[in-house]
Amino acid sequence: MSVAREQVECLHHSLIILLCLAARGYAFRDDARNGRFRALIFTHPMTLRMSYERRFRVPFRFLLLVTLAACTREDVASRAREPAAPALPASGTPRATVTLDAEDGQWTRAAKSLSGIRYSQLAQITADNVRNLRPVWTFSTSVLRGHEEAPLVVNNTMYILTPYPNLLYALDLTKGDSAPTKWMYNPKPQSEAQGVACCDVVNRGPVFANGSIIFNTLDNHVIAVDAATGAEKWNTKVGEINNGETMTMSPLVVKNMVLVGNSGGEMGVRGWLKALDLGSGSVRWTAYSTGPDSEVLIGARFKPHYPKDRGKDLGVSTWTGAQWKIGGGTVWGWISYDPTLNLVYYGTANPGPWNPDQRPGDNKWTSSIFARDPDTGEAVWAYQMSPHDLHDYDGVNENLLIDVPWKGQTRHVLIHPDRNGYVYMMDRATGEVLSAEPFVHITTTHGVDLANGMLRYEPSKHGRVGEVVRDICPASPGGKDWQPSSFSPRTGLVYLPHQNLCQDSEGLEANYIAGTPYVGMNVVMTAGPGGNRGELTAWDPAAGRAAWKLTEDLPVWSGTLATAGDVVFYGTMDGWFKAVDARTGAKLWQYKTGSGIIGQPMTYRGPDGKQYVAIMSGVGGWAGAIVAGNLDPRDSTAALGMVAAMKDLPSKTTKGGTLYVFALP
Amino acid sequence: MMLRPLACRARTPLLLVGAALAVVGCRREERRFRESPPATTPSAVRVSALQPGTMADTSHMPNPYESSAYAQSEGQRLFGWYNCAGCHANGGGGMGPPLMDDEWIYGSSPENIYNTIIQGRPNGMPSFAGKIPSPQIWQLVTYVRSLSGLTPMSGRSARTEHMNFYQGAQSMQGAQTPKNSFRPPASEFP
Ligand code: HEC
Repeated sequence: MSVAREQVECLHHSLIILLCLAARGYAFRDDARNGRFRALIFTHPMTLRMSYERRFRVPFRFLLLVTLAACTREDVASRAREPAAPALPASGTPRATVTLDAEDGQWTRAAKSLSGIRYSQLAQITADNVRNLRPVWTFSTSVLRGHEEAPLVVNNTMYILTPYPNLLYALDLTKGDSAPTKWMYNPKPQSEAQGVACCDVVNRGPVFANGSIIFNTLDNHVIAVDAATGAEKWNTKVGEINNGETMTMSPLVVKNMVLVGNSGGEMGVRGWLKALDLGSGSVRWTAYSTGPDSEVLIGARFKPHYPKDRGKDLGVSTWTGAQWKIGGGTVWGWISYDPTLNLVYYGTANPGPWNPDQRPGDNKWTSSIFARDPDTGEAVWAYQMSPHDLHDYDGVNENLLIDVPWKGQTRHVLIHPDRNGYVYMMDRATGEVLSAEPFVHITTTHGVDLANGMLRYEPSKHGRVGEVVRDICPASPGGKDWQPSSFSPRTGLVYLPHQNLCQDSEGLEANYIAGTPYVGMNVVMTAGPGGNRGELTAWDPAAGRAAWKLTEDLPVWSGTLATAGDVVFYGTMDGWFKAVDARTGAKLWQYKTGSGIIGQPMTYRGPDGKQYVAIMSGVGGWAGAIVAGNLDPRDSTAALGMVAAMKDLPSKTTKGGTLYVFALP
Repeated sequence: MMLRPLACRARTPLLLVGAALAVVGCRREERRFRESPPATTPSAVRVSALQPGTMADTSHMPNPYESSAYAQSEGQRLFGWYNCAGCHANGGGGMGPPLMDDEWIYGSSPENIYNTIIQGRPNGMPSFAGKIPSPQIWQLVTYVRSLSGLTPMSGRSARTEHMNFYQGAQSMQGAQTPKNSFRPPASEFP
């Protein structure tokens, strides 16, 4: 829409508002003393005869100025950040790349590779033929809540883990498209766990290693079952629902260790990452996110890049009193691993409670990234993205380990699209931030100072108890939430699925009662600039900006998948499964599934040698809670304010978990 | 551009309405200042309406605070204090189900809600037995029932609108919603 047209529309709207006021009984009178028209007086019928009508007197010149200003105001900032036109790295321009493992046609962990890039070298389905893609078989999970999980394919068997009650199905792919169930494992989690799961009872998928399928249950059990028979090998309870702990993340197996973390940042939970022995399930080490160095596993090898992250026992001294014991920093997102450096990378969640006034200090190590040696758990570096987080900007999003040409050199980096709205590119050996560029409209901060690693906060967005702060962008789920991005070494682009939401919020005093919410914030969300609530951004890490963007009406709450056929797959919350051109973003194909999609697309080679693409359909998660939990849209604060932005979802989709598998004819 | 005040003509009817309001307002509720806490706690509460054979007992144990505005505003405060609002938001739900609609899993009568709070419920409603004194539970019951309009109108407190900045939004701290026996289509809430 042209700027001129926008202005005319805006003036038009203002006029309508004035007319509406008139219709409601407000009267406008001109204040015509001295024979000059100088002001409008708004009077409500009730106040007509009362003496304080002067309070409603608005100088006309002021009114005109305000209206004009409001109508000319353009989101210069957000616009400047949008790419002008689809721009691809011209051939010959150095682009980001990655060293790939040999393609085995399987999908053994949620992100496929340890580097977390969700890229398949299968190339039967291409940008040219994807329009012929059609569903070949489906499978109902019998569960109605949000299906965020990725299916796995190992040894011609597909494994599907449902949200609570965390049923694990093994489907036989060797029997053609009938894919019968080989076995089903039911861990029978405690039903009470549902009440302490902050944002629907989701699970982000199992992992395969050493002949076992390993997964977490909502009630904090890590379970290994025999991939061939479904027999339980071991079952270790690592958390406690009575403290508000749950588990929703997808484990990662590194060097005979199963790495798992907890959820519950809204319940006063203290975050941790644990390593369990792959063979026995016994806990080898626990690295807390808060507390003394001895418990955060910070020792002699700890060398953060920035002075702000150096010091003794920062996990205690950046809090007041014993608040670190209930301070959040849970580990419910993604873990990636660099075998050359022998380091695992993961982020920690928001500090608790959300109300920042109740936890003075930087609140380390919440909203941070850790690099750890998996053998011992020792931290090698850490970087806090959002010190003293104000808006629930968890740091748990995925870290893609790729190589990027940067200032004439190839740098081994980690790409981290954070909830605070910046894509961080960091040297993954040292934790140095090479660039941090916005991928959404941001009003809460003004960039990252690369000299000292500090996030520059906008002071006016720091709310106090009882104070309403408006126009907080991005909203609490961030510029991007858990939904994982993918990377194609063929285009050098990272495909970010994300939302475009802003919010108003009001701090309240939070009261800690173990096992109940510890939030202290009233939130009401709305769509960000442009009115579209979701986006798919193709991010060029070498250039530090978006190459192209697609807008979606609803938040893009599904993961993305990139393939060597130069196709990118993702789903929408109203149930469309889509394929777009990895180079240009051109829409190539779409199919409407039974329920909204918030799952992680994957692809595999079937026993018949054909390439298949699979996705779970089944709306829910935080963004879909209004449907999954039958929430009442009359309360805008429902689901921590998310319902306000998603009021129309019940008219666009219904619940129900189904797997869809697609192939070419 | 001399616009005559639109509402001038409405002055006389307005006075009448004002007088009527004053009369109604005076009838709000009788406030008892020495409230002795109800000693009673409900027993033998059914959470199923299905009784094999003849219906034995359909009488409800009354909530001693049912129409007390004070109990209700206290209940509202306690709903925040005991973190009910963390799971049920301001009635619209989140981790727990909505309480402002007319769907009840475990019953909407005062003694049912009382027992829900005391006993907890299997899909994640914590048991607050021993954590909340009985009079406060009755106050919470009054407030919970008011969310869906089950308490007498006279006892309800005013809506607070300070965060009601989107069309259709409820107030943040004290959603006081009249009974709405159907869920309005989402299209009414842009
Ligand atoms: C930890 C989250 C949590 C907290 C805190 C919580 N609830 Fe609940 N509540 C739930 C869940 C989950 C259910 C649904 C239980 C079920 O279906 O078995 C529920 C159910 C209920 C019900 C029954 C609804 C029906 O349809 O029958 C009532 C009433 C209720 N809660 C009131 C309260 C009150 C009052 C408080 C504060 C004292 C409170 N809740 C605190 C999670 C919570």
